[in-house]
Amino acid sequence: MKLTVWTYEGPPHVGAMRVATGMKGMHYVLHAPQGDTYADLLFTMIERRNHRPPVTYTTFQARDLGADTAYLFKDAATAAYERFKPEAMIVGASCTAELIQDDPGGLAETLGLPIPAIPLELPSYQRKENFGADETFFQIVRALAKPMEKTAHVTANLIGPTGLGFRHRDDIVEVTGLLMDMGIEVNVVAPMPATPSEIAKLGQAHFNVLMYPETAETAARYMERAFGQPHTRTVPIGVGATRDFVAEVAKLAGVEPVLDDSRLRMPWYSASVDSTYLTGKRVFLFGDGTHVAACARIARDEMGFEVVGMGCYNREQARMLRSLAKDYGVEALITDDYLEVERRIEELAPEMILGTQMERHIGKRLGIPCAVISAPVHVQDFPARYSPQMGIEGANVIFDTWVHPLVMGLEEHLLTMFREDFEFHDEAGASHHGHKAKLREMGIKDSLKTETDSAEPLQTNLGPVEIVWLPAAEKELKKIPFFVRGKAKRNTETFASERGVSEISVDTLYEAKAHYAR
Amino acid sequence: MTEQFTPPPARGCASTPVLKERGQHEVFCGLTGIIWLHRKMQDAFFLVVGSRTCAHLLQSAAGVMIFAEPRFATAILEETDLAGMADAQQELDRVVSELLARRPDIKQLFLVGSCPSEVIKLDLAKAAERMSAQFAPNVRVLSYSGSGIETTFTQGEDACLAAMAPVLPHTEARELLLVGALPDVVEEQAVGLIEAMGIGPIRVLPASRVNDEYGIGPNTLYALTQPFLTDTHEALQRRGAQHIAAPFPFGEEGTTQWLRAIADQFDVSEAKFAEVTDAPRARARKAVAQASEAIKGKSVFFFPDSQLEIPLARFLTRECGMDAVEVGAPFIHKAVMSSDLNLLSEGPVIAEGQDVDRQLDRCRAARPDLTVCGLGLANPLEAEGLTTKWAIELVFTPVHFFEQAGDLAGLFSRPVRRRALLKLEAAE
Ligand code: SF4
Repeated sequence: MKLTVWTYEGPPHVGAMRVATGMKGMHYVLHAPQGDTYADLLFTMIERRNHRPPVTYTTFQARDLGADTAYLFKDAATAAYERFKPEAMIVGASCTAELIQDDPGGLAETLGLPIPAIPLELPSYQRKENFGADETFFQIVRALAKPMEKTAHVTANLIGPTGLGFRHRDDIVEVTGLLMDMGIEVNVVAPMPATPSEIAKLGQAHFNVLMYPETAETAARYMERAFGQPHTRTVPIGVGATRDFVAEVAKLAGVEPVLDDSRLRMPWYSASVDSTYLTGKRVFLFGDGTHVAACARIARDEMGFEVVGMGCYNREQARMLRSLAKDYGVEALITDDYLEVERRIEELAPEMILGTQMERHIGKRLGIPCAVISAPVHVQDFPARYSPQMGIEGANVIFDTWVHPLVMGLEEHLLTMFREDFEFHDEAGASHHGHKAKLREMGIKDSLKTETDSAEPLQTNLGPVEIVWLPAAEKELKKIPFFVRGKAKRNTETFASERGVSEISVDTLYEAKAHYAR
Repeated sequence: MTEQFTPPPARGCASTPVLKERGQHEVFCGLTGIIWLHRKMQDAFFLVVGSRTCAHLLQSAAGVMIFAEPRFATAILEETDLAGMADAQQELDRVVSELLARRPDIKQLFLVGSCPSEVIKLDLAKAAERMSAQFAPNVRVLSYSGSGIETTFTQGEDACLAAMAPVLPHTEARELLLVGALPDVVEEQAVGLIEAMGIGPIRVLPASRVNDEYGIGPNTLYALTQPFLTDTHEALQRRGAQHIAAPFPFGEEGTTQWLRAIADQFDVSEAKFAEVTDAPRARARKAVAQASEAIKGKSVFFFPDSQLEIPLARFLTRECGMDAVEVGAPFIHKAVMSSDLNLLSEGPVIAEGQDVDRQLDRCRAARPDLTVCGLGLANPLEAEGLTTKWAIELVFTPVHFFEQAGDLAGLFSRPVRRRALLKLEAAE
């Protein structure tokens, strides 16, 4: 039994829904109680889809349990076929139906439907959403795609996009463009927005572009074995990764690497002087393994940030991320416990978080700016405008998105200069944001903010030495702008404890500042 | 106030045959109620014993509304818990002990059953009894079912309050009890009006803290503020308490009649009643008239959701001038609903339960001016050109009593006004 407040991933059948909802002509018959229909709103509200997910739920009730729930499933499957006339079906159980063991796959077979009914075995009490999507896509490919003669022209499949995916809609456009520039045509994009009959044609491509390992790695491996299709390893998020991707694709396709970077603005924006203030910003990254890995590279090599920590919630990527973290000299946090992530962020006191919607909440609580880089995301991360993460435009979008929550370069100086000014004052936050950022719960007591209320000295227990801030130093600390105060406090305390100093004076503060100066 | 309401219909809907549907339901399960119950009961924690699905449902329904560590959580059953029963009970003890050690502010703990815990027959009542003994007197532990195989959406609140009714102390006092978890602002208005009529003390179920609790008994008179509290109604009857039957307090008419029924029980004079209610009634009437301008003469179709459908159809038809085409409710408890059914004119299809695809067929055929439905259906229907109102907002926003009557009408008229307002085509 595991106590859980917020979760990064839903149950595996939600992953299967993401595959079915991304596709056309596919229908999912799900043996599940009525409450499980909540999942529809993820697609209709968060992603703003204008149609219902193609899912029929059996919605069995307690009174059905004693009798026969199997007939409910058979009725629902038959009715769904007749009403929606899909080209193919997937059938399976949610967590509750898994316990009553009706075997939806076997039941569907007895119906003798004139279309393929693909059974899904998704262990709800062991695995999660990404596994569900990956396994579902694999089962669909295995059931529907067969080895075929390759196309005369060099072609590729794009695999991995699903419903509810973070920027999948726009990434497809961007990657298609990258391939087109090299004269490579796209054969099938799957699972979203393919039909079952398009899935059947996957085998005729020369290779696969694995856009999202989270949702299509198993299928990619299968197609490598079954159809002799190699697949790409680089995920083209960021400038460097996009260039690497182009080189990798050129090799797989046997063509010249070509990248039209005439619209690429990100490197210049990052080099221009206003971006100097980004140098060494301490960032913490958390999300799915793929996005975190790609964004860590952007953060360090393309934005000039300092990566102080990273982690992912999907265990499937734990090994990859652990070894990557080593290269960055940090320890990877592999957990799906949101409170653990919050604790790590509090410890590290980064100046910025690159995370999911959960980290956005954490950032709000702690007063740390946050940009979203990975699912799970909320409605505001499905923007109306074209907003990919991949390729050339993706790099431009990422620059803008990450800089947005930060205090701008010149403004940072103004804040330091006019600290007492009523408009520029410390807690006003970045001027282009309506809400004000608040620094809380980072070991900085509220007493720091109100000068009248500082009877209790600031005290921190850092290892063996108890450290006390002398009133003057405490006052000085308060003068440091809020967006670097956490760092200043931490550095000073580390500096003091390393030297066995138990009382922090104004001098200690400035000695520490000099010590850490970069 | 001399103005009269529209006379009650010669034939209301109380005897209309109900269309009973059994097919795919598109509704939340009772766990959803935790989202508002935990705000209301400030010293209570709700521990769902369930699966990752249950945790994901709570998160999806709560959305971004709550970012603090909330007073609810899910104990997710894992493979090992499913193997043997003894283990699951021990595991639950461990989880609860850790939780209570970390949250000493918790005075009541609800163990909330889910589909998986019920299918594997994990006895939460027994667990609650054991834990109550262990943690008394600091923490009271109760259990109820919020599962999707037993409860639909608002029935979760009903099950929770019904679990509290038997443990309230006994009293012989003649007191008024208001039943239902209302937003504070609304509850204060109701209490204010009733107190102004000279009635008191007024008790509320659920109380916001366990220490604020009171007794009930054969002299307790209770009024339901929500139509879905049917099990609670029965649990209170078992304690001997007496029900004050009335239409539900939505709109000017509903609120007036609801207050009137209470006033009659406590011998409040005509003059006193008028003195207290005349001004807010006039305000409510004016606000409703303004807010309902855009929906007068328009048709409305209800998908089943919260059991508020029948009282709201009564409000929309009698006070806002709408025509009801179909009023679908997940359940219809005739005794609790009869006052509202009597006021609803014959005509609309009254449906209980659901077969969502067939209901969608009927809705598309009727092409109502406004469709009240859940979040899973709203955008798809909008995309088909129908105007919709998400039903869940009716449960999350203050809509009861006089001062909210205009807001309530506004919730229905806003989508209609918006559709008329948007001009997204070229000028030519
Ligand atoms: S319907 Fe059952 S399994 Fe689904 S969320 Fe509700 S209680 Fe959990």
